[in-house]
Amino acid sequence: MMNYFPDEVLEHVFDFVTSHRDRNAVSLVCKLWYRVERFSRQRVFIGNCYAISPERLIARFPGVKALTLKGKPHFADFNLVPQDWGGYVQPWIEALARSRIGLEELRLKRMVVSDESLDVLSRSFTNFKSLVLVSCEGFTTDGLAAIAANCRFLRELDLQENEIEEKKNHWLGCFPDSCTSLVSLNFACLKEINLAALERLVARNPNLKSLKLNRAVPIEALQRILMRAPQLVDLGTGSFVLDRDSDDSETYRKLKATIQKCRSIRNLSGFLEVAPRCLPAVYPICLNLTYLNLSYAAGIHGSELIKLIRFCGKLQRLWILDCIGDKGLEVVASTCKDLQELRVFPSDPFGAGHAAVTETGLVAISSGCPKLNSLLYFCQQMTNAALIAVAKNCTNFIRFRLCILDPAKPDPVTMQPLDEGFGAIVQSSKRIRRLSLSGLLTDRVFLYIGMYAEQLEMLSIAFAGDSDKGMLYVLNGCKKLRKLEIRDSPFGDMALLRDVGKYETMRSLWMSSCDVTLGGCKTLAKKMPRLNVEIINENDQMEFAHEDSQKVEKMYLYRTLVGPRKDAPEFVWTLV
Amino acid sequence: MEKEGLGLEITELRLGLPGGSAPILVDKNEKKRVFSDISGDHDNSSTDWKLTQTKNQAVGWPPVCSYRRKNSFHEKDHLETSKMYVKVSMDGAPFLRKVDLSMHKGYSDLALALEKLFDCFGIGESLKDAENSEQVPIYEDKDGDWMLVGDVPWEMFIESCKRLRIMKRSEAKGFGLQPKGSDHRGNSKDVAK
Repeated sequence: MMNYFPDEVLEHVFDFVTSHRDRNAVSLVCKLWYRVERFSRQRVFIGNCYAISPERLIARFPGVKALTLKGKPHFADFNLVPQDWGGYVQPWIEALARSRIGLEELRLKRMVVSDESLDVLSRSFTNFKSLVLVSCEGFTTDGLAAIAANCRFLRELDLQENEIEEKKNHWLGCFPDSCTSLVSLNFACLKEINLAALERLVARNPNLKSLKLNRAVPIEALQRILMRAPQLVDLGTGSFVLDRDSDDSETYRKLKATIQKCRSIRNLSGFLEVAPRCLPAVYPICLNLTYLNLSYAAGIHGSELIKLIRFCGKLQRLWILDCIGDKGLEVVASTCKDLQELRVFPSDPFGAGHAAVTETGLVAISSGCPKLNSLLYFCQQMTNAALIAVAKNCTNFIRFRLCILDPAKPDPVTMQPLDEGFGAIVQSSKRIRRLSLSGLLTDRVFLYIGMYAEQLEMLSIAFAGDSDKGMLYVLNGCKKLRKLEIRDSPFGDMALLRDVGKYETMRSLWMSSCDVTLGGCKTLAKKMPRLNVEIINENDQMEFAHEDSQKVEKMYLYRTLVGPRKDAPEFVWTLV
Repeated sequence: MEKEGLGLEITELRLGLPGGSAPILVDKNEKKRVFSDISGDHDNSSTDWKLTQTKNQAVGWPPVCSYRRKNSFHEKDHLETSKMYVKVSMDGAPFLRKVDLSMHKGYSDLALALEKLFDCFGIGESLKDAENSEQVPIYEDKDGDWMLVGDVPWEMFIESCKRLRIMKRSEAKGFGLQPKGSDHRGNSKDVAK
């Protein structure tokens, strides 16, 4: 029947299909739908930049306007992937620039971006509007200057947690006076900024809704900026400290008055440096906050955090440091009844003990916040009883990531592994999509995961399991699994090779410090030509003597349509 | 399989004693063996503090991304510092050396370290009395200019120093040092910090 509709009608219908997965599904229905979908697709998501080539992207989706690309594997965040591994955006930008693609939005995660790439990007696409860089590296403020100077219709420049070399070039001043289209600006990860240029920029961009400042913006400047931008919805403060020299009470009074006028602020973050006595200035906006991120505010102690939280009755997402303590989490539980997402980060990586949270805090949260669906929780310890209680209280987890700071630590009360606790979580939250495990765990937890976690897409395993059976339970049971990352667990060739076809249904598999051998990886690579099986080998090449029986320190494999990558450094071997 | 050191020292977490003395490097192989001794025995309570510390020092553990590590841990607990090795040359010395600027608390601390490194005296003096000392410590900054050590605050210095040179006073004349007090970059009140 749909064949009798002209293409324009189909296209119009497809306009309402926005999620990537739905559009992918649409394209598989028939050749006609594939064709219409492909020409009308504007937003493309590429979860692994090595799975496909820019040329093929351009050939299939000539109308693409918004592109998301991800590069390095997730464990690169934790220094498990050496420098120069790859993930370069340059070939993508060059190819897109050569073509007639009217790129407007680019979002990159864990990629290597050069100043040259940014320069080419800024000059090649007249309607370029939005650049979002997350956990990227390789560029300097010279690249940012090019973006500022050349992208005449820029709406968004969002720099999240990047490593940026800062030159003394006042890149912010490169935005021309004619730039008045900014909606979102985030430079919190930089150390310096040209204050005068910033204030002028804010003054001439009345549509600015999201502004995240860095440490170099003092509280006095914040006050002036907020005067110019009371329409902000999303604010990241920089430094929130009153200079000892300045007239404290006057500055504070002005700040408080200005903040009160900012009635639209719903998301608050920053406080990269903070003097707790200044915090009450933000109490008035706390009442309307739906997202609060204090995870970089190492200067706020538990009691001050608690005072602040008591005002945040409408909070839906809270990111915080563990210095809030179990008591603080109890306050969150009684105040933030709409809480959906909680992330508790460690303030002390070696777990000195006093500045931390335990199972008590988590149980309190689960009891007070039944809407909780996303959790990241770094803690000193966890018990099965607590996890079982959490599972009973909250049945809607989509993301459940627990990190007990001491690897492979058992339940401190019973000295048992945490298999039953995690089992309860996956059994009760039927829609769980992402899971990170920690603590002492046997193969049993994987049996539960394989049995119950039907929607699971991403699983992170560390220091867990007893044998290949563990990994097999997961590979066999989790039909929707896309990303599996494992470190320091006793899984070897038997598990790796049992179902080689499985890996083509997944984006990637990472295994480090496990028991897989070179021979096992070679076998896999031979059987599956559409996988890139990469070995990261930082040892002296001579010592890694190509013995098939030798265990592989780091293996990363991923499905791909374009064969072994040509930019692999010498310490990465792609097996064929 | 015998796992050799992987040369990942740069990325390993290290325990540093307060005062910036040399970090304790935990041997990676030792960590591995220690761990496998425990994992098979579930009745073992991992109560031994030393064992705990060892396990906590596994590379990339806890899984906190490096940006967050550098920016959110408590100042006093900021045990992982990014390495700031710079080359140091001294006029007359046959070999260059390297120092880790992040391991020093200030100029006098650095001066002492340099004196030890090159087995000489006078560097500390030169910081206090540049006019009269025999040695002139200078550094190359991010812009490629050679500057006299000691003018700017320590934190600013370690951010911008790319290499060090201990010059003989006789060489200093006409070398093209930037005079103290000038801001050659053209920065002025606009730049915050």
